[in-house]
Amino acid sequence: MEAVKAEGLTVVYGRLKALDEVSFTIPSGSMTAVIGPNGSGKSTLLKTLIGLVKPAAGSFKVLGSTIDKMRGKVAYVPQREEVYWEYPLTVWDVVALGRIKAVGPLRPVRKGDRVVSQSLERAGIESLQSRRLSELSGGQQQRIFLARAMAQEADLYLMDEPLTGIDAEAEDRLLDILSDLRKEGKTIVMTTHDLSSTLELFDNVLVLKNRLIAFGRPEEALKTENLVQAYGSERVAMHLSDVRRVAGWR
Amino acid sequence: MIEFLIEPLTYEFMRTALATAVVVGLTASTLSVFVVLRGWSLLGDAISHSVLPGLAFSAAFNLPLTLGGAVAGVVASLLVALVESRSRVRNDTAIGIVLTGAFALGLVIISRIRPTVDVFHILFGNVLGVSPQDLLLTAALGFVVILLISLFMKEIIAFTFDPLFTYVVGLPTNLIHYSLMIMMSLTIIAALQTVGIVLVISLLVAPGATAQLFARTLGQMLLVSLTVGVFSSVAGLYLSYYFAVSSGGAIALTATLVFFSAMMLKRR
Repeated sequence: MEAVKAEGLTVVYGRLKALDEVSFTIPSGSMTAVIGPNGSGKSTLLKTLIGLVKPAAGSFKVLGSTIDKMRGKVAYVPQREEVYWEYPLTVWDVVALGRIKAVGPLRPVRKGDRVVSQSLERAGIESLQSRRLSELSGGQQQRIFLARAMAQEADLYLMDEPLTGIDAEAEDRLLDILSDLRKEGKTIVMTTHDLSSTLELFDNVLVLKNRLIAFGRPEEALKTENLVQAYGSERVAMHLSDVRRVAGWR
Repeated sequence: MIEFLIEPLTYEFMRTALATAVVVGLTASTLSVFVVLRGWSLLGDAISHSVLPGLAFSAAFNLPLTLGGAVAGVVASLLVALVESRSRVRNDTAIGIVLTGAFALGLVIISRIRPTVDVFHILFGNVLGVSPQDLLLTAALGFVVILLISLFMKEIIAFTFDPLFTYVVGLPTNLIHYSLMIMMSLTIIAALQTVGIVLVISLLVAPGATAQLFARTLGQMLLVSLTVGVFSSVAGLYLSYYFAVSSGGAIALTATLVFFSAMMLKRR
């Protein structure tokens, strides 16, 4: 089945075309990285897929249906700067929010809720559960929001720049958890401006510069001509040593 | 000391005033936690000023003040959102425009149709003139607000922490948002006679802000906020009695002083 199918997706902000007739199909149980320079429409693409930004033209389906029908089955992990970390919640509290729809109104999420404890465990943060949000490292913060998405029992995970500002070890842990989710048939789509060897772990790379430059297996999508189109030749030269490590790229 | 506290209560109007002050302190400081965490202090200020034309309009047409005030509060928050989305101005600018515009409209209506109404009392409160019926209305409004917050606590936490998340999981985000706006308007009306619509913002901001300095959990934050809110209202009332100063001014000033003292204490 297709997790995301976009056809001619166009999003306009005033006179600016943030997305210009973007079409692609992401299969279920895959991991996709969305890359492109700043302002290339990466975040806009995610915000369109969760239904927050309405396309001016074109259409898309998530999990085989419209986003309004699939709300709740799609999880969104925001960029870390968008979160107010001083909010006095514990790690458990935040992950428990993922159960808000399942538990329903007028009832609290039980302290022993199994989905919450499993999500904490799978994200490797059960030892942190009574910590305050403001006391966590960047990698831990990222995993809390991933755990909240798991508690939501989502099938499609849309993540905005989860690898930004976390160290290599935290990145490995996050990618391990995501590979496990992929094995269960969950679909992961993340934006990143990290043009490094981690990209070879993904099934597909989507290169965006407001219009779709390339979509496909990492070694195909990351060909020089695609990167030059997206970033301009200077930026590509800068990242060449990193990109060279991507499997199959010459 | 005991005598100092008991003496004013031999008067009926002071007993009514004290009860009203406690109710207002409880209601405003409960909401204050979420106002502070969501960063709505300025928006709260806009809503409180915008309640004026609603009150004036209701008074002119003999409608319930609560209804007029609540509608005006929601209209103001809608206007702020509209100005923000339809132009390039930022949130604080949108608030500044709506706040002054609504307030001016209120004054114009009042000056035209109800020249006898005491604007000073609406703006800055007159807790010593609270009738038992007023107390009943204040208590009813406070009860509704606190009940709604306790019933929908987890939805309100989810929304004030991460509104985009509540939208993505499929909760009625707009309903939660505007319910909070209505609750703010109702709290402002409940506080009308205690602190008035201009000074009410102090009870909607200072208790939560003070609580945030110390609290590690949301439960603690609510507790500290409630304590500060009730303490400020009661202490302010006594100050206004003994020093014969404006009750609204004394309460708002106490709340402000509590915040600054707490901040100094925290820094050491």
